[in-house]
Amino acid sequence: MTLDEVKIGQECSIVDVQAEGALGQRLLDMGFVPGTRIKVIRNAPLVDPVEIFMKGYFLSLRHVEAKAVEVVLL
Amino acid sequence: MNEKAGEILVAVAGQPNSGKSTIFNLLTGARQHVANYPGVTIEKKIGSFYSNGDKVVVVDLPGTYSLTSYTQEERIARDFLLLERPEVVVDIVDASNLERNLYLTFQLIEMGLPVVLDLNMVDVAKRRGFEINIEELSRQLGIPIVPTIGNKGRGKNELRQIIHSTYKNKQRITPLRLDYGGTLEPILKSLEEELSGYPRLMEHYSGRWLAVRLMEGDSEVQRLVQQQSQRGEDILDKVARAREHFIRDHKKSPEKVIAQERYRVAGKIVENCVKRTKPAPKTLTDRIDKVVCNKFFGPIILAATIYGLYQLAIVQGYKLAEYTWPLLAGFRDFIALFLPSQGFISDPILRAMPLGVIDGIIAVLNYIPIFIILFALIAILEDTGYMARMAFILDRVFRYFGLHGHSVLPLILGGVCVGGCAIPGVMACRGIKDERARMATILIVPLMNCMAKIPLYVLLIGMFFAEQKAQMMFFISTITIIIALAVAKILTLTVLRKKESAPFILEMPAYHLPTFSGVMRRCIERVWLFVKKIITVVIIVAAIVYALINYPGLNKERDAYYKNQANQAIQTFYEKMGDNSPYTKVLSGSKLMEFTTYWDGYKKARMGAKTEQAKQTIDQKFYSKNPEFFKVVKRGKYELNGKKIVDKMPKRLRKPTGSYLKQGRSFEGKEGKKLSHQVI
Repeated sequence: MTLDEVKIGQECSIVDVQAEGALGQRLLDMGFVPGTRIKVIRNAPLVDPVEIFMKGYFLSLRHVEAKAVEVVLL
Repeated sequence: MNEKAGEILVAVAGQPNSGKSTIFNLLTGARQHVANYPGVTIEKKIGSFYSNGDKVVVVDLPGTYSLTSYTQEERIARDFLLLERPEVVVDIVDASNLERNLYLTFQLIEMGLPVVLDLNMVDVAKRRGFEINIEELSRQLGIPIVPTIGNKGRGKNELRQIIHSTYKNKQRITPLRLDYGGTLEPILKSLEEELSGYPRLMEHYSGRWLAVRLMEGDSEVQRLVQQQSQRGEDILDKVARAREHFIRDHKKSPEKVIAQERYRVAGKIVENCVKRTKPAPKTLTDRIDKVVCNKFFGPIILAATIYGLYQLAIVQGYKLAEYTWPLLAGFRDFIALFLPSQGFISDPILRAMPLGVIDGIIAVLNYIPIFIILFALIAILEDTGYMARMAFILDRVFRYFGLHGHSVLPLILGGVCVGGCAIPGVMACRGIKDERARMATILIVPLMNCMAKIPLYVLLIGMFFAEQKAQMMFFISTITIIIALAVAKILTLTVLRKKESAPFILEMPAYHLPTFSGVMRRCIERVWLFVKKIITVVIIVAAIVYALINYPGLNKERDAYYKNQANQAIQTFYEKMGDNSPYTKVLSGSKLMEFTTYWDGYKKARMGAKTEQAKQTIDQKFYSKNPEFFKVVKRGKYELNGKKIVDKMPKRLRKPTGSYLKQGRSFEGKEGKKLSHQVI
């Protein structure tokens, strides 16, 4: 499954990042590498973007961007 | 860089929210100035301090998470490090976010530059239960480390000292060499060997760094290799083949493996050097965000914040401007004293032109109290971390129009509700990382309802829609936003289509209490930048507008016509006054013009006076200046030293003077007024 499908409050682990170019590099730089644990914290009031917690910090990203992150639920 | 003898060039690098600017301010104190990196709108702050007799010049690089070539900030930071070759790089690291921050540290080390690690905000890390073994960390990374608490000024001298000693003992430092693993290392090694055959490249860049970047598929580095050597194509071919093979063999791109290895090593180092003394406490940030980003309360708090921003900056700022305006007007009148005196129907160019330009400038400077409050509030919003939440809440709305969550602040400042100003609005666009969205925002901010447009709206509504004033005002302010958003959409689909667009991915930093000095510094910096820019721009524009208004000017017939009218007015005035009036002498010939100026001055002075007391002082002053004129101005009735005086003599004059002199009223400042309306 992909990160945008993970429900609020659930935790997951990254399997792969399916993005090239700027988005792909940006995700890698922010720590989206296989094995990283992510907890989905909340959606914005208008549902998109989504806020997550990983590697000790909070991050928000749009659902289209989260779609590039393949995860498994923990 | 213009490297002078005895000057040590130091770059301050670090990820966003690591407290980089606080440390930069701590290091350099007041000794700094702001410039722009060539060709871009990114601020370049340069400061300096003295250490052991050497002048250390410090450059603040843009905050970046990495050093790729995908964003403007990263390219600028990287180019500075590569081309200017600073003697020492200070890497500011958020102590409670070590793992992600080390990701950048590794890249700095890889560039072959001497790095000093500034472990910042160690107090926050301790509160969150992290115990960092600094010696061990320094040993594993192979670079010196200084712990600091930027906002409390701790660690300043130690940091300065270590920067200096690192500069002196560069050779003795052997930093960590990151191992990218068995799959990639052999390729990197052979690339490095290959590259060492290119002396021109080796002169400026570290071979290891070039090899890693080439394998990552960095387009800027590819171009660099091509430019710097004739046989660059050979290397690029080799790299392309190596990348292809790698992807085929390992089913993933080299850049993924590289990032993964960096994070793996960072994770291991953190594991070795950081102990958790207590389980992660629920931070204040968590608790605040639960409310601030809540579906229900989030938008309410956001609206309240925007409303507060308006109230404080625009409403209160206007009140402050009432106090500063007389100062500016006084300055204008002071300058006017040195210029040739005004004419009856037109002013000499040496008077009209300078005054026109000054009017233009002070009309803009009048907004300074508003800007001071506005810039201070923006700095507070930025420093607390609320800005990121604003973007988070509103991104969904703005994205649809090709804008960005961060567009909200510029648009508010430009006047989403009635009464903003485009200048701070455009200035706030710096915060938008996505270039396309930034350009689109800059272009639509001037369409908002700025303060200078309000009088026009009021005028139009008064003329055409007197009965539905409130609804029309609401309609105008709403329709402008709709039009602006539509324009943004059209722009991003057409002219701006090819501009770089960046992913949204936005860190939600922990909330911080902003420091007073930090906020004030940023506020003053921006106001000063604005004043410098605006004065030069306004001078030029005001001069051009003056020329456009006055040349070619009236043709001979019209000119004669007006002169004739002026003469007639004077004629009628004297006729009405009659021959035997006691004031014929007082107001004869050139004295009439003198009187008009006098009256004008009196009216202006009285306008500025608020209290009865002040009015009396003005009366006193003008009386002593010219008692005869004063009597005419007061139409024979006036109070002096508490005594009411009624002078019967000018009684016959009362009506005529009033109406005729009004017709022939001074035209002084005519151009100026026109100009100031044009400029804003």
